[in-house]
Amino acid sequence: MTESVLQNALINELSSVERREIEAECSHYPQRRAAAIEGLKIVQKHRGWVSDSSILALARFLEMPSGELEGVATFYNLIFRRPVGKHVIMLCDSVCCWVKGSDNLRQHLCNRLGIQPGQTTEDDLFTLLPIVCLGDCDRAPTLMIDRDQHGHMTAEKVDQILSQLEPSYQPEESNNG
Amino acid sequence: MADSKTRATDISYEKPLTGMIRSDRSPLNLKDYRQQGGYQGLEKALKSMSPNQVLDEVKASNLRGRGGAGFPAGLKWSFMPRDDNAPRPRYLVCNSDEMEPGTFKDRLLMEGNPHQLIEGMACTAYALGAEIAFIFLRDEYAVAAANINHALKEAYDAGYLGSNMLGSAFSLELHLHTSAGRYICGEETALINSLEGKRANPRAKPPFPQVSGLFGQPTVVNNCETLCNIGHIIAKGADWFKSLGRGDDSGTKIMGVTGNVKRTGLWELPMGTPIRELFEGCAGGMIEGYEMRGFLPGGASTDFLLPEHLDLAFDYDVIGKAGSRMGTASLIILDDHTCPVAMVKNLTHFFAQESCGWCTPCRDGLPWSEQLLDKIERGEGTMEDLDTLAWQCQFMGPGNTFCALAPGAAEPIQSALKYFREDFERHINEGCCPWH
Repeated sequence: MTESVLQNALINELSSVERREIEAECSHYPQRRAAAIEGLKIVQKHRGWVSDSSILALARFLEMPSGELEGVATFYNLIFRRPVGKHVIMLCDSVCCWVKGSDNLRQHLCNRLGIQPGQTTEDDLFTLLPIVCLGDCDRAPTLMIDRDQHGHMTAEKVDQILSQLEPSYQPEESNNG
Repeated sequence: MADSKTRATDISYEKPLTGMIRSDRSPLNLKDYRQQGGYQGLEKALKSMSPNQVLDEVKASNLRGRGGAGFPAGLKWSFMPRDDNAPRPRYLVCNSDEMEPGTFKDRLLMEGNPHQLIEGMACTAYALGAEIAFIFLRDEYAVAAANINHALKEAYDAGYLGSNMLGSAFSLELHLHTSAGRYICGEETALINSLEGKRANPRAKPPFPQVSGLFGQPTVVNNCETLCNIGHIIAKGADWFKSLGRGDDSGTKIMGVTGNVKRTGLWELPMGTPIRELFEGCAGGMIEGYEMRGFLPGGASTDFLLPEHLDLAFDYDVIGKAGSRMGTASLIILDDHTCPVAMVKNLTHFFAQESCGWCTPCRDGLPWSEQLLDKIERGEGTMEDLDTLAWQCQFMGPGNTFCALAPGAAEPIQSALKYFREDFERHINEGCCPWH
């Protein structure tokens, strides 16, 4: 249902702002298609994710086969080919954070949000994704929400961040007790 | 941060890479950087040295690649055709796709002092006759990206980049490219494919990138920390750089410690510093109640070493002789509260997920290894599974794949089987994980 709402909101072509930003990236390379990754990221920045119609439009703009662009889009961890929530929480599951208890943190997040990794809350506010090492290992366990990294995470700190981002996510009484 | 935490010994070592970096990592702007001696290396190179002299100086310094492999930087450069008939354009690429689990050193360099990287790249590009350069940065490093972009503007405005730099005949265009997240992008030929906008599959070698790299043109790819050293080497000379090391290797190295130690962090120490000085002197040893059982010396893709190896000098060849690799010099500590089988499973999960899927031993071997490790960790393994795991490590080892991902992934598995075999066997004999 979420998908169809967003799908309807999308237009078939790239916006003029997107075109301008992608064109600037193209100027760094001898081939237009070399800007594929930047292009996907620009589309995602403006639309939250990369739909099938965006793939087709971007492939045309970069003069490359859409199948190849799809292969690029699905290869990279940070390109979303499905709609995500307003905030994307990426929890590091690599070794340093794991040694420091990231499994417990994941369990806590799943309980608080009522979703499993890879899912989005029903109110479309949060998507929870596992991510590989964020390069912030001296502050393990760590997670990244949208563009911000947070280190030395505990269940309490996670609750605090969630409620700061979305007031409807106040820590429950039972969690405080 | 690096400074305030350094407690290695009473002797204060020279810290060319991090000495200028502020404890809060707020970046040095151009003025700050110049006041502390920045851009003197580039000025010297452009005004009084030929490209070959720059290359010879770096060769003589014996700077070895800081991305993990330790290949001599000057030698790597020398494989690029540079004579008058050599193809143009030639490219220089900075590998800042820092994604090796446990490694976070390049982040410090780029957040705290982006001009140092720009200067190192400008000197390198001059030596190579490269007119276009890229910084290939992982996307999660948003602060680094902002600081680099700001520094690039300043450097262009001041004539340290762009056309006819500092009045010389040399021109360099330097761009920041942010990636979209895949560990394999750190492999230099995969990085080149990614920079061309493709899936980051490694390429078959030869041809080597120095001959045919980015867009088929001669290309040198160097790690961020490697490049940050270059300006200093040119400004102060190869002999100075060699004198920094305490053992056979030259220079300093940013070393890290993570795990249940008293102080996690990064410290710039001379090459050849005994690992114990890093672990006990800098990181303060283990938290009360924890004991160290072993450690990965250079990130996730290196063989475990044991407490008995702590007195080894942290040098490429010394660690190599001990059966592991210096890698990125980021210690990941295994403690007695942590199940070694589960830790290796976590590492293998990472590598299995990050495999690009090109070579069979990697694509199929790693998920299979993870499956077996999971089975053993749950207490459902057999002794035969241990033999299969050992065989898989051979199967995924050097020579069977195009790149080093699978051989690297096999390193913690094979060394865990060697050093912690009784823990694997306890899982099997007791039918459960003794730690859970």
